[in-house]
Amino acid sequence: MKEIILQTKSITKHFYEPVEFKVLDDISFDVYKGEFLTVIGKSGCGKSTLLYILSTMDTEFEGELFIDNQNVSRWKQDKLATIRNEKIGFVFQFHYLLAEFSCLKNVMIPALRLGKLPYDVIEEKAYQKLELLGLKDQALKPSSKLSGGQQQRVAIARALINDPLIIMGDEPTGNLDSVNTQNIFSIFKELTQEFGQTIIAVTHDNDFAKASDRTIEMQDGKIINQDYKFN
Amino acid sequence: MAFKKHPINTEVAYTYIVSNKRLTMVAALGVTLGIAVFIFMNSMLAGFDKSSSEAFFKSIPHIRIYKDDEISKPFANQTGNNIPVIINPKVVPANNTIINPKQVIQLLKNQPDVAFVTPQLTVGIFYNNAKTQISGRAIGILPEEANQMFNMESYVVEGSVNNLKNNINGILLGAGVASKMNVKEGDNISITSSIGMTKVMKVIGVFQTNNSVVDKTTAYINIAFAQQLLKKNASYITDINVNIKDYTKAKAYAVNLAQLTNYKAEDWETANETYMAATKMRAIIIRFVSISILLVAGFGIYNILNMTVMQKINDIAILKAIGFNGFDVVSIFVSQALIIGLIGIVFGVLFASIMVASLQSYYVGGDIGYFPIYFKLSNFIKGVAFGFGVTFLAGFIPARKAANVDPVSIFRK
Ligand SMILES: Nc1ncnc2c1ncn2[C@@H]1O[C@H](COP(=O)(O)OP(=O)(O)O)[C@@H](O)[C@H]1O
Ligand SMILES: [Mg+2]
Repeated sequence: MKEIILQTKSITKHFYEPVEFKVLDDISFDVYKGEFLTVIGKSGCGKSTLLYILSTMDTEFEGELFIDNQNVSRWKQDKLATIRNEKIGFVFQFHYLLAEFSCLKNVMIPALRLGKLPYDVIEEKAYQKLELLGLKDQALKPSSKLSGGQQQRVAIARALINDPLIIMGDEPTGNLDSVNTQNIFSIFKELTQEFGQTIIAVTHDNDFAKASDRTIEMQDGKIINQDYKFN
Repeated sequence: MAFKKHPINTEVAYTYIVSNKRLTMVAALGVTLGIAVFIFMNSMLAGFDKSSSEAFFKSIPHIRIYKDDEISKPFANQTGNNIPVIINPKVVPANNTIINPKQVIQLLKNQPDVAFVTPQLTVGIFYNNAKTQISGRAIGILPEEANQMFNMESYVVEGSVNNLKNNINGILLGAGVASKMNVKEGDNISITSSIGMTKVMKVIGVFQTNNSVVDKTTAYINIAFAQQLLKKNASYITDINVNIKDYTKAKAYAVNLAQLTNYKAEDWETANETYMAATKMRAIIIRFVSISILLVAGFGIYNILNMTVMQKINDIAILKAIGFNGFDVVSIFVSQALIIGLIGIVFGVLFASIMVASLQSYYVGGDIGYFPIYFKLSNFIKGVAFGFGVTFLAGFIPARKAANVDPVSIFRK
């Protein structure tokens, strides 16, 4: 019996500026614990918008969102911040790091906010995550001094630091060369298979999607295929 | 938890301060100037007040107790009948003596907040010159006690107050009188009292208060001699001078003493109403100006911090995305504001202290002497409190706004 970790029920969202337009239309799907799920679809079909809602960062939508068996659809901002801190790791489409902090600090900050481990343990853990992503030697550099691809990998390390239930990525390998993409892919695979963490990743990369457990296909704000098969 | 949670909010605030040194400096400088000027101006005000009250208390007590003139009451009662009654109220010609003064003085001395009590008897006199008479007044005192109360020795320029003790007919002259009468210590001078008694007095000293009206009219004599000039006995006393522990409470305390003694008790502020009105005006102007400067500084700081928050709006979105809540965001920017405030306040207090200290040692001369400015702890406390209050609000208001936005609404821009 597969355990559901995230579920949406008829999620619909409108934008009202500049003109009213339905960006997401009746989105319902389940994500299982330990699943490596990818989302594909043409540019502008609503993938990023959906991912922002799944990550609880956007609360303006109709329908229901369940995370870890809790209906979080109408939770308050501060309560959502806590669930993001503990249970969700997010990698943005554009690498969003804090420019005035070192890479190491950027990775440590979510864990420092959570405060469940002593400082030196968090530091050690952050070094391990950076090492996993091949960035140990860059740890003490200010994050703004790194290349785009390196910054994206720091952001992935940051998303992993609190061992979240779900890791969401909006084109997490968009800036990476094939070697690094391959590395990220195997990290994700290992996280799902060995640690039971769940991955939801939007991607343009068909090879990446093809190798994942399941692929959802979107078109014009709708899910048109819950289990897309590559031929 | 066996370990201490790392104060990440404070660390973020600290990093922002260190990586934006210029902005921090400018904002801190605003705080510095604002509170330095505020403390400085209020110290000046305190100095003015202190020097003018010191000048007052050279010749008048905190509270003066005396018997007020009584107005005669009509014998016939006008109410209730239609017969017109012609009345002509006049001052009752009773004398203004305080009955049983020793007992009243003892009673006053027993009051807990009373610091010093001494009797006084003022006599209207003429200083007799060869051809003319100069009118003035002689104040009969107990020399030792009066010297303690008014610190008279500090403004005696020739001779000494103590000489009065040994010369029953001694007189301590105001500098203006002495120069008009062309006398100096050791000379004799003739005076005539209001009831026409003429006596020759020995000048035992000259004083100068820098209040020209006092200096040109007043002389001090022994109280026993004043009683002789009025042909009265040794218990004849018109005024009892009272100093209390805190002269700023004189007004309220005078009411108590009036009730206690059944005589009129006049506090120094009421006695100098016109002067006090001018002083109040000055206080209002200085307060108004100093608070305006603080507010202008406050707005400057608010602007700078508002700008900082806007610059960091993207960081705020990231922090919220990785789990910082509204309170965390507010506490980051409030900490930043308070650290800036602290830097500004430290320098502001330092600057204010330097300005006050250097003006304090500046000699103006004339009646004033050293520039009247005065370290007053409460002004420093007010300045510091206001500085913290302003920086807190300047950080809190923009942070509060930023804390409430959805992170996504920022990322989409
Ligand atoms: N803030 C917004 N206001 C109005 N329309 C928006 C906004 N953000 C995105 N859109 C539109 O919504 C659609 C979906 O955008 P997005 O979710 O970013 O697509 P994708 O990530 O699949 O490329 C696009 O047509 C985009 O132009
Ligand atoms: Mg997108």
